[in-house]
Amino acid sequence: MTVGDISTLLVWGAMTAFTVGFLAYTADLARIAEAAARAAGRPRAARALAAGGAGGSAAGSSRAAGPRPAAAGGGTGAVPAAGGSRRAEGISRATTYLGVLLLLAGIVARGIAAGRWPTANMYEFTLVGALVAVTVLAVVLRRRYIPFLGVVVHGIAVLALALALLVFYVQADAVQPALQSYWLVLHVGVAISATGVFTVAFAAAVLQVLKDAREAGRSRLDTPWQRFEPVRAGLQRWRVTGPAWEWLRSVPSARELEALSFRLNSIGFVLWTFTLIGGAIWAEHAWGRYWGWDPKEVGTFIAWVVYAAYLHARTTRGWSGRRAAYFVFVGYAVVLANFTVINLFVTGKHSYSGL
Amino acid sequence: MSATGTSDQRYTPEGIDDAFAGDTLVLPQLGPVGWLRWAWRQLSSMRVALLLLMLLAVAAVPGSVFPQRPQFPEKVARYLLDHPALGPLLDRVGMFDVYTSVWFSAIYLLLFISLVSCILPRTRSHLRALRAQPPRTPRRFERFPALGSTVSGASPEAVVHAAASTLRGRYRRLPRFRTDVRDEGEGTWSVSAERGYLRETGNLVFHLALVGLLVSVATGQLLHYRGQTILVEGHGFANAQTDYDTFEAGSAFDPATLVPFTLGLDRFTSRFDPRTLQSRAFLAEVTLAEPGKNPRATTIQVNHPLTAGGAKVYLQGNGYAPDVVVRDAAGKVAFSGAVPFLPQDTVYTSNGVIKVPDVSGGQAQIGLVGSLLPTAQQISPTIWRSIDPEPSDPVLVLAVWSGNLGLDTGRPQNVYTLDDARMKKSVEADGTPATLRIRPGETVALPGGLGTLEFRALPRFVALDLRYDPALAFVLTFALAALAGLATSLFTPRRRVWVRATPDPHEPRRTLVTAAALARGDDIALPTEIDRVLAGLPTRPDGPAGPASSDTRSDTEPDTDHDRDAHSRPALDPHDPEEAQT
Ligand code: HEM
Repeated sequence: MTVGDISTLLVWGAMTAFTVGFLAYTADLARIAEAAARAAGRPRAARALAAGGAGGSAAGSSRAAGPRPAAAGGGTGAVPAAGGSRRAEGISRATTYLGVLLLLAGIVARGIAAGRWPTANMYEFTLVGALVAVTVLAVVLRRRYIPFLGVVVHGIAVLALALALLVFYVQADAVQPALQSYWLVLHVGVAISATGVFTVAFAAAVLQVLKDAREAGRSRLDTPWQRFEPVRAGLQRWRVTGPAWEWLRSVPSARELEALSFRLNSIGFVLWTFTLIGGAIWAEHAWGRYWGWDPKEVGTFIAWVVYAAYLHARTTRGWSGRRAAYFVFVGYAVVLANFTVINLFVTGKHSYSGL
Repeated sequence: MSATGTSDQRYTPEGIDDAFAGDTLVLPQLGPVGWLRWAWRQLSSMRVALLLLMLLAVAAVPGSVFPQRPQFPEKVARYLLDHPALGPLLDRVGMFDVYTSVWFSAIYLLLFISLVSCILPRTRSHLRALRAQPPRTPRRFERFPALGSTVSGASPEAVVHAAASTLRGRYRRLPRFRTDVRDEGEGTWSVSAERGYLRETGNLVFHLALVGLLVSVATGQLLHYRGQTILVEGHGFANAQTDYDTFEAGSAFDPATLVPFTLGLDRFTSRFDPRTLQSRAFLAEVTLAEPGKNPRATTIQVNHPLTAGGAKVYLQGNGYAPDVVVRDAAGKVAFSGAVPFLPQDTVYTSNGVIKVPDVSGGQAQIGLVGSLLPTAQQISPTIWRSIDPEPSDPVLVLAVWSGNLGLDTGRPQNVYTLDDARMKKSVEADGTPATLRIRPGETVALPGGLGTLEFRALPRFVALDLRYDPALAFVLTFALAALAGLATSLFTPRRRVWVRATPDPHEPRRTLVTAAALARGDDIALPTEIDRVLAGLPTRPDGPAGPASSDTRSDTEPDTDHDRDAHSRPALDPHDPEEAQT
């Protein structure tokens, strides 16, 4: 068995761990949803209590509560979500950590097998991207346990690893002259990290939009769809204001989620800016021009402009909040398309996928 | 987000000003000046900037959908052939050259005008803010997102000075917070403090750097030149416009910027992975002679361009250039030299044409068209292919044409294709096309008594790309400044802190201390800031720091019940531009 084979096995192991993690977070979320649904049936006082423990919010009364550590303010303490159990939470977290360790080991082994940094083709890019995304998730969840983020990010990580192992896989090998540069580490490494960070930010933005709709008591499923009325009736059970989404009570406010998504997106955006500039510097060395509107360059540029528009939307009257989150969806979609569609279906200078 | 959605009741605490208060659509007064002023106002509004950013993103998309002429001219030509109806229409609206099209340029130019119109007033007000004192302590603290209170045995004045000193931090020259202590009368003192001016500074640097970037890129476009040439081992070229195969320059290009150096290719070596046949290393060993300097041996590699005469020389391609001699029927040398054959695939199956003019009277011109197979393998009586990019067993496979090459038509010719309009293909006796297969060192007779072909050697060639862009350093500097400004502006917290100390009306020797803090956007470290300040206060007139209590008010809505007491207090809306403009 070669080091390359060991690496592949480890990646399969990581994927298994992430799958278990995905199920664990989902089960946790289901339990919370159930508890929330039960609480919704109880009288008001009990409900306030249940929710108070969950949201970590300081409602009016707690302001007079005397000295307490300020760090707990804003609900960032590691309180378990209402209805979730510490044990389920522990299992979910443990599988996350296990998966991260396995994946890290797999990536290191891959680098050893190839005799270089493991960031040269789509397979390796996907591995490292999944690693960054789940690691960022683990850091975010340490501050505040939000199983929904675990579900989304693990789901994306499992899909990504499956795609990597089944479609993108190439033998570990040395690289062609154009890739023999320290920029392989800098430019590609930073691009991967940005993608990983954007993934978690995206998950937070999804939750923000759901929570926002719930807080506002507004669902598109509440108003008639005219010709598609039967479809709406079928989906009625899933309207965000309905009991199926009762668990949204236990997640942080849309405002806090927006703040989380913004923090992550701004880190991602700075990294993405570096990717763009680093890419241009490398292109100057390798291709003889810093910018040539190559398909990959165009995709990166579009994603950059969309995220820049997001940052502006946040501070533009009438565009902040939910509408700004839509930019995150578009931006993330462009980042993913720039990686998959451009690499696989468009010929350009970035044809280094190895496929 | 206010759960009730009562957006008309938004509350803004004191100390928050809205820099974009004028951001509403007001119909202009008539008259050209009025319209101009209106247009300028629109351009400098965030909403229009946002719109232009969105437009820019959308406008960039067609460039990755349709082939682009500067990158792939052949693909554009093929697209036009395949879509005779739609193609010309798309061409007319610039879909095949999106990034220099009128509409694309219009969008980014408008965006930059918008940027400037927005950045100038902001720079002015930031410079003013840098000189101003922090905003006065608001009368009431209740509505701020972070609050704290404590009691102290020290006098209000001492308390407030201690708080100010904690806020300023250890370095006198580089205070963390800028502070302003004032006596509010009746024994009450307060300090107001602000930090995070770098946030706006970074933001302005970022936007100004973008303008600088655009200007430098445009300058480079005007002054640059770029040339391409193919150089065979043992040959050289001079940096003169006529020595390039293709040459292209900006409209302000000055031919005097062409430093007349010469460059000779001594040797080219390559290495391929024996299993995957992927390239692993390309190395061009060259001799560079710059005017006024001794010639020196150096190398060019991918990722390692050579700097010569202020320009950069890139190794962009390589291949084989069979060195052949063609003698005509009269035995006279009609052609002699190395002819570059262009590689088509990873095993370097290379295509090319040897064009042989007529040198003795009455002879036909000859065209030899075909491929070079670096490591040839015969797979059927008539089919040969290459199995390795290394020249282990090179074979030239050529078809023979004779007639008129069209060299004298005056039209520029592609050296890699044969214009066969007035040529005739040689055939064997049985009517099949005549094919020559020849290895280095061999000489074969051309069919039909046209003469002989000798394959002397197989030197390598390199494709070199020369580029001169005097604005490169500026482009890089502005790009890095933009990055630094961006990171500074996104990661610098902007906070205001106020501390007020009042004599306790019930206990004259006691001082009541209250503190409030406000941040731009959400700021998880805000309560910590208050804790730090209060922890640093004296308890007794000369005593040590005492206990403090602080509390953050979070606007978390644990519940969506609209009738709960939550709404007896105002919500600070992070999405509210007014707050975000702190
Ligand atoms: C080339 C086009 C532009 C790009 C790529 C761009 C990019 C950015 C980025 C990345 C930020 C984030 C920094 C931050 O949020 O603090 C930002 C902030 C900002 N930009 Fe731009 N910008 C552009 C044009 C404009 C224009 C035309 C305006 C004004 C009309 C403008 C006004 C602002 C303002 C006010 C902020 C601060 C937003 C905030 O308060 O957070 N920008 N810009």
